[in-house]
Amino acid sequence: MDNGKLISLKKITKTYQTGRIEVKALRGVDLDINKGEFLAIIGPSGSGKSTLMNIIGCLDIPTSGKYYLDGQPVEDMNIHKLASIRNKKIGFIFQNFNLLTYATAYENVEMPLIFAGKPGRIRKEKIMECLSSVGLADRAEHKPTELSGGEMQRVAIARALANDPEIILADEPTGNLDSRSGGEIIDLFEKLNQAGRSVVTITHDMNIASRCHRIIRLKDGLIESEKNNHQ
Amino acid sequence: MLFIKVILREFKSQKLRMALTVAGITWGTISITLLMAFSVGLEKQMMKSTYGLGKGIVILWPGQTTLVYEGLPQGRIIHFVPEDLDLIKEGAPGIDKISGEYLRWGVVVEYGKKQISKLVSGVYPEFEELRSHYAQVGGRFINELDFKHKRRVVYLGFGVAKEIFGDKDPVGEVILLNGIPFTVIGVMVKKLQNSNYHGPDEDYLVIPASSFVMIFGDPYFDNFVYSVKEGVDTKDVEKSLFKLLGAKYRFDPNDRHALWFWDVKEQAEVTSKAFFGINLFMWFIGGMTLLIAGVGVANIMYVAVRERTREIGTKIALGAEKKHILFQFMAEALAIAFAGGLLGILFSMVVCKLFRMLPLEGPLELLSQPTVNWPVAIITVITLSIIGFVAGFFPARKAASINPVEALRYE
Ligand SMILES: Nc1ncnc2c1ncn2[C@@H]1O[C@H](COP(=O)(O)OP(=O)(O)O)[C@@H](O)[C@H]1O
Ligand SMILES: [Mg+2]
Repeated sequence: MDNGKLISLKKITKTYQTGRIEVKALRGVDLDINKGEFLAIIGPSGSGKSTLMNIIGCLDIPTSGKYYLDGQPVEDMNIHKLASIRNKKIGFIFQNFNLLTYATAYENVEMPLIFAGKPGRIRKEKIMECLSSVGLADRAEHKPTELSGGEMQRVAIARALANDPEIILADEPTGNLDSRSGGEIIDLFEKLNQAGRSVVTITHDMNIASRCHRIIRLKDGLIESEKNNHQ
Repeated sequence: MLFIKVILREFKSQKLRMALTVAGITWGTISITLLMAFSVGLEKQMMKSTYGLGKGIVILWPGQTTLVYEGLPQGRIIHFVPEDLDLIKEGAPGIDKISGEYLRWGVVVEYGKKQISKLVSGVYPEFEELRSHYAQVGGRFINELDFKHKRRVVYLGFGVAKEIFGDKDPVGEVILLNGIPFTVIGVMVKKLQNSNYHGPDEDYLVIPASSFVMIFGDPYFDNFVYSVKEGVDTKDVEKSLFKLLGAKYRFDPNDRHALWFWDVKEQAEVTSKAFFGINLFMWFIGGMTLLIAGVGVANIMYVAVRERTREIGTKIALGAEKKHILFQFMAEALAIAFAGGLLGILFSMVVCKLFRMLPLEGPLELLSQPTVNWPVAIITVITLSIIGFVAGFFPARKAASINPVEALRYE
């Protein structure tokens, strides 16, 4: 759409109502993310990072404001369209991996392909391709409990990649990992970004943030500052 | 398969609850299939033994008038004579087959040194069909020629045959009835018979009516036995017989005591209805058990939904639609229901097999034919499907409406 703008947020607010208490998690966020960008979101705990990420990922809807995805207003989309966007356009990665513990790495990666209605033969090809791209082709039959934290997160990345998403959204992906495994995850993100995917990651680790193109700092539900890294 | 893994995991994490629920469904299925199987078998046997007396027959006895009619007093005794047979055949076209029956008790039956006292019945060849008097291989019942030529031939109930001849084949042997020689032409096949009007069929001797009259000189029949044509109401035939015989013997066609009827056909229908009632009751019991088990399945699924909230949130984040989540839980509930059902059906089949192998005699023989038939199996499967479906639906709907943001927020 308009000169490569993938995501455009206008005055996004989000208010949670818990009983009589209102929590203003976001209080008017304006943010544009371009195609192919590598963006870090930082900020103290409770500043609204996850809330913002969930809205970008079409998991949550803003209380007010406009969200354009590829120039299309998200508020006009029905639940099937939103599910399809989460399935094909977006790849989610979580701090605690959220793998199915009783399923193998292979079966975990298979899930989004099943939701996409892909036939078995194509699924198999795609799963092995994704597992190879994170260096875990030989671990296809392993269960999460038989993998290290770094490996689990790589399985989760393979799962996020299954339907060739345009955007990777990662909420503190290295939060549960040691620095070496965390570094490997960011290496992978860099590789994915170089291959043309947009990557948005929430992080507390300034070493990681400094490897991104742009850093957004959230505080109390607002963008406090923004910084471009020119290498 | 992932699906099976999920269920196995559910088995592990909810062992006791799962075991109780599956046991409940198994038990419910067993009670439905077994009760049904036994009642199908029991009904079959009951019908068979009701028909041992004759399939859909009516027995007619002469009575005594209780109403004054055309100047004649009450209390007159009615007698049936052989000519009545033709009268009835012509005047009551609803009748299919009819035979008169002469009876004589205390006839001395001799064979060699053996001497016993038995009932002898004199009948027409139609009796064979009417009263299910089928001969064992190598023998026959009384036929037209026996009747026409007043042959001195005798057909034995299997009890009588055993009493006189033991294990020896009686056919062709000559026995004496009140000193007159008769040749044995056949022995009745063993049959189930739960009703009779002059002792069980196994226990008397049958000779042609013509020979009976020649020897004993009885002028009157003791009773008639007849069957009605397909689709004819036995009650209508009774009415026309009251008219017909009333005209001949001059009694009031409304005089209930002039003729006595025993409608075996009607009785069979009553038996059949009673079984329908019993079946219904058994379905109710089995159904209640299954219902309770169904609540167990729903309970398991609710727990599963709660424990898998995070998994559900993850799936939604990965693009699962409501239908995917719904399907997962519905399928699980159905699988649990069918696992229990399968166990139940298998168990029932084994029990039926065993019962069929047991050598049940006497009244217990009624229990010897349990049958897991197709209707029973199909209805069981449908019932289980409904239970699995309903038990899965509500938890599944809850799962599908989970808010993914909430589900993913907490550890
Ligand atoms: N579902 C919710 N209900 C109520 N309050 C919420 C909910 N989600 C988040 N919040 C609140 O909104 C604020 C922002 O939360 P979050 O976006 O998770 O922060 P961060 O990810 O930056 O730590 C916090 O104060 C949090 O307690
Ligand atoms: Mg957070």
